[in-house]
Amino acid sequence: MSKIFRNAGALALFAAAGSALAAPDLGQATKQATNWTAIVMFAGFVLLTLFITKWASKRTRSASDFYTAGGGISGFQNGLAIAGDFMSAASFLGISAAVFLDGFDGLIYAIGFLVGWPVLTFLMAERLRNLGRFTFADVAAYRFAQKPVRLFAASGTLVVVLFYLIAQMVGAGQLIKLLFGLDYWIAVVLVGVLMMVYVLFGGMTATTWVQIIKAVMLLAGTTFMAFSVLSMFNFSPEALFAKAVEVHAKGDAIMGPGTFIKDPISGISFGMALMFGTAGLPHILMRFFTVPNAKEARKSVLWATTWIGYFYMLVFIIGFGAIVLVGTNPMFKDAAGKLLGGNNMAAVHLAKAVGGDIFLGFISAVAFATILAVVAGLTLSGASAVSHDLYATVIKKGQPAPGSELRVSRMTTICLGVIAVLLGIVFEKQNVAFMVSLAFAIAASANFPVLFMSVLWSRCTTRGATVGGFLGLATAVGLTVLSKSVWVDVFHNTAPIFPYTSPALFSMFVGFAGVWLFSITDNGPRAAIDRAGFEAQEVRSETGIGASGASAH
Amino acid sequence: MEADLVRRVKSDPNYQKLVTTRSRYGWLLALAVMVVYYGFTALNAWDKQFMASKIGNGVMSWGVPLGLFVIVFTVVVTAIYVRRANREFDALTEAIHRNAAAGAPAAPATAATQTIQPTQRRA
Repeated sequence: MSKIFRNAGALALFAAAGSALAAPDLGQATKQATNWTAIVMFAGFVLLTLFITKWASKRTRSASDFYTAGGGISGFQNGLAIAGDFMSAASFLGISAAVFLDGFDGLIYAIGFLVGWPVLTFLMAERLRNLGRFTFADVAAYRFAQKPVRLFAASGTLVVVLFYLIAQMVGAGQLIKLLFGLDYWIAVVLVGVLMMVYVLFGGMTATTWVQIIKAVMLLAGTTFMAFSVLSMFNFSPEALFAKAVEVHAKGDAIMGPGTFIKDPISGISFGMALMFGTAGLPHILMRFFTVPNAKEARKSVLWATTWIGYFYMLVFIIGFGAIVLVGTNPMFKDAAGKLLGGNNMAAVHLAKAVGGDIFLGFISAVAFATILAVVAGLTLSGASAVSHDLYATVIKKGQPAPGSELRVSRMTTICLGVIAVLLGIVFEKQNVAFMVSLAFAIAASANFPVLFMSVLWSRCTTRGATVGGFLGLATAVGLTVLSKSVWVDVFHNTAPIFPYTSPALFSMFVGFAGVWLFSITDNGPRAAIDRAGFEAQEVRSETGIGASGASAH
Repeated sequence: MEADLVRRVKSDPNYQKLVTTRSRYGWLLALAVMVVYYGFTALNAWDKQFMASKIGNGVMSWGVPLGLFVIVFTVVVTAIYVRRANREFDALTEAIHRNAAAGAPAAPATAATQTIQPTQRRA
């Protein structure tokens, strides 16, 4: 099937993608000479974040501190942290590589990641904050029988987190091998250990500040790069594009859509996965509980959307800058005329072209910091699903012994860290390019329908939410396995069974239809309780009356 | 939340207004985002030629400004919602909280609701 999924999925993965696009084995990411500037800058970042973690650990005493930093993050801070959580190295290296390779197609890809934010703002953000405390399951299970819905929500969270995490770990290993000249396994262990330290000792407070610092570094670095590129063309985009068209192998084709959107159904399906998946990513949803009220939740998404939108515009300019400054410079190419370290290095080479070795070191450190911030957020989200949803609510029926919930989340953090490192090493040579798109598709087809229907549809029941959610999850995973990215690229079959790029169009339908069907046919005693609970839930979701931290009247 | 409080809040005209107005506004803007984004996607899928066609004499194609427009539109439409919510919806929410806390049956003509009426066209 399609080049598109290959591209789309592959691009979603930073370092792995370069090799995934070129050839199936990831071994192509060649080890570079040890880069001392980058290592010193990164060590500086690590020291700073460890210092913050030490400070945060003194403030992490309760489960609430651990999950949500006590709910005391401001809207502006949270906006930056969300941006830091969301702008992964995939966005930075992957999208700039896509622009470097195909021009305009990279812009189409980037836009998909942005358009979910307003939808999340208009329909979900405030209601989420008003209903939930720690995890999105608090919202999804608000008026339902806790056990089945929490079981589903924890599964949805863990599946999304694990796929996302594997993609990040494999990417981290490849990237660090390239940037710092360290061995793959050392890089993966380093990422695993640092992320465990942040989450274990500093909880959400440390994670938030790691994400904020990383977001500021990334935005500052990319601003400088885009500014330098534009200044060489007297701030005329036309002059930049003209030069790019002149030197690019594809010539004028880089100014229009190419093969990224293969067919309309794939295009729309992939767009839906990105748009609605954003509103179902557990580590992003969790960030809404770190602010004191719905107003700050709303402000945080506006800030996040602004930063992310600005960032994608910069990345587009950076990609074109790389076409002109990196693509034409033999210094950045090997004997065969290929980019050193793979196409994902386009932005990194550009850093050297515009800012020399010091700035190259800075951008390398930023790329590493980016991965750390994203994996810390993912781990925290997975740990809360286990400790808050499974342990405290399902096993202990909402009455865990004092301190035990926090202990369980820390144990889970260690487990997840170890699992992430092991999976990162196991998947080193695998093509994991599909995993980020799969995480988005699952979030859109399982988590989002359940959240949406439980909050907005009065007739939704425990049975409908649980069965529909699991159906959406199974369909998203099943269709992905049958699509080219797994069926052909991983299992080496000749032709895919599912012909489209993304399952979202179909699996979202299954998710929503499942919730609907298994709710309307549900007339048991529990269904009556579920429906009777809607009024009170609606009042709280709309006004925040009764929500923790909201207006103490 | 006790049933009594729920009933009181639900009978508050401010609550009715908040829920109807905000939900209609949210859906309207969400629809606008979807039209813009899927419109852009559809153009890229069905009319690649148009997206690649030149605006003027230079190399700039229609696709680039349209793509940048989608990014700016996404941010601006979010800002528009947040601005209205910060002014109007928060004022309504505060009035609802005050009425609920007062424990009295909702009084549509309290000072709180008066202050937000000029921006409304309420019968």
